[in-house]
Amino acid sequence: MSASTDIRSVRVIFTRELTGYFSTPVAYVFLIVFLALAGAMAFYIGNFFSRNQADLDAFFVFHPWLYLFLMPAIAMRLWAEERKSGTVELLFTLPVATWHAVLGKFFAAWVFAGIALALTFPIWISINILGDPDNGPVVAGYIGSFLMAGAYLAIGSCISATTKNQIIAFVLAAVLCFLFTLGGTNMVLGFFQSFLPQSLVELIGSFSVLNHFTEIRKGVIDLTDLIYFFSVMGVFLFATVLVLDLKKGQ
Amino acid sequence: MLQVQSLTKRFGPILAVDDVSFTVAKGEVLGFLGPNGAGKSTTMKMVTGFLSPTAGTAIVCGHDIQKSPIEAKRCIGYLPEGAPLYPDMTPQSFLGFTAAIRGMTGSDRASAISRAMALTELQQVASQPIETLSKGFKRRVGLAQALVHDPEVLVLDEPTDGLDPNQKHQVRQIIHEMAAEKTIIISTHILEEVDAVCSRALIIAKGRIVADGTPAELTARSPIHNAVTLRLRKTPPAGELKALGQIAGVASVESLSELGAPAYRVIPADGTPILQPVSKYVSDKNWEIEEIHLEKGHLDDVFRRVTTGTEAAAA
Repeated sequence: MSASTDIRSVRVIFTRELTGYFSTPVAYVFLIVFLALAGAMAFYIGNFFSRNQADLDAFFVFHPWLYLFLMPAIAMRLWAEERKSGTVELLFTLPVATWHAVLGKFFAAWVFAGIALALTFPIWISINILGDPDNGPVVAGYIGSFLMAGAYLAIGSCISATTKNQIIAFVLAAVLCFLFTLGGTNMVLGFFQSFLPQSLVELIGSFSVLNHFTEIRKGVIDLTDLIYFFSVMGVFLFATVLVLDLKKGQ
Repeated sequence: MLQVQSLTKRFGPILAVDDVSFTVAKGEVLGFLGPNGAGKSTTMKMVTGFLSPTAGTAIVCGHDIQKSPIEAKRCIGYLPEGAPLYPDMTPQSFLGFTAAIRGMTGSDRASAISRAMALTELQQVASQPIETLSKGFKRRVGLAQALVHDPEVLVLDEPTDGLDPNQKHQVRQIIHEMAAEKTIIISTHILEEVDAVCSRALIIAKGRIVADGTPAELTARSPIHNAVTLRLRKTPPAGELKALGQIAGVASVESLSELGAPAYRVIPADGTPILQPVSKYVSDKNWEIEEIHLEKGHLDDVFRRVTTGTEAAAA
């Protein structure tokens, strides 16, 4: 098994998956819903205009909450559908390793989420027309948002591998993502603060997607934040491989 | 080409496949028979590397499916039970996907796809979504996928299940044409298929091999193998009929009322050929024969006997 055949297997699966998104109406429904919600939250809840500031804070601040259910919606079918329809047997009797398929599918989902995110570019153009924004934090916000999407998708991929039922995959992934997000809110940290030493409370806070995303959103892409997001993806994708090896035949 | 060594699979307390070993050589078409739930599919899933066995392994073209699964899978073409396919793809793009994942590129890939499509006659539906195709076409897409890389070993799990008689004939024809060049395993519970395409049959029941031989050898294990069936114009005298049962090699004479009497089946002891003495006796006694017929036996009977345990001990 050489590196070039590894890359080829991942690439072939990636291409099939990504094309698959656009061969059904699911992709278009998702893109429309994503853009509508991202816009609506920024304008109505985030008071994008009345804040009277040329930045995208009002837009990015809702992304963790938006992704909480939109990323599990993309990820739920990754493996549950293959297992339900039996195509998982076809896939894993082709000469591919489990991790090839896991990575190929994950990248396809991530790129799809990236396309959805990229399609929000008119809002960026708007602030550049209406004002004179600092584009650094905007770029950082997009990068952070994309990384966060990847982390949620990796969590969703792992959950999807555990079940044949897409609804269960969606609900469980949403709950797990919710815990990962909520871990950084004052509500949860305050609860732990009442009985845990400060160092442990900070540790719990450091596992929170929200805290890391907020750091990046401010315009500083710190190495620890990058390590955090890539670790979450790595851990959950590795777990996906393990779950599939155990459960694919059931 | 394909060696299955003591394959065993346990699902919790259930022993699905119990120490199954066999070897299939190039040019052989092995029919894998057994009642539903006997462990046929589970065995095939282990041979093709989808399930890991509890014990034992399979060696495919010299590669151990457990130790070097990717190399082993390269030389296998597999049609899983029910022929699962990606419904939103077209046969063209689906075969393109499987060919690409097997490392074919450019014109090699294009010619491999058109060869597989020509073999399975898929050209007319090449760019329709698979979900819109009929069952027969779907099965053929699955078959084309198994053939696209011209594999040395073909594993087909119920390749003709749900097809109409013409389509069945077509699939068997394809298997026939490739048989000399390849090692083929077909699982089926359609017994006529075994006679039609297999050079060897293996019967499995409750996870164990209970019979192994050519279709003719298995048929010969039928109790009515070499029996002679007679239909007469008139009922013969009782004494003459009794004497028929005492000819050397004859075990018994049964009266077959369902053929419209007088009809009799002369059953041999241990399958000895008795046609000569029986026909001689009949003509000596001047019985007027409407029909005389040598029974070959039925694979169904053998199948029933070995899989329900009546003969399992003998195997």
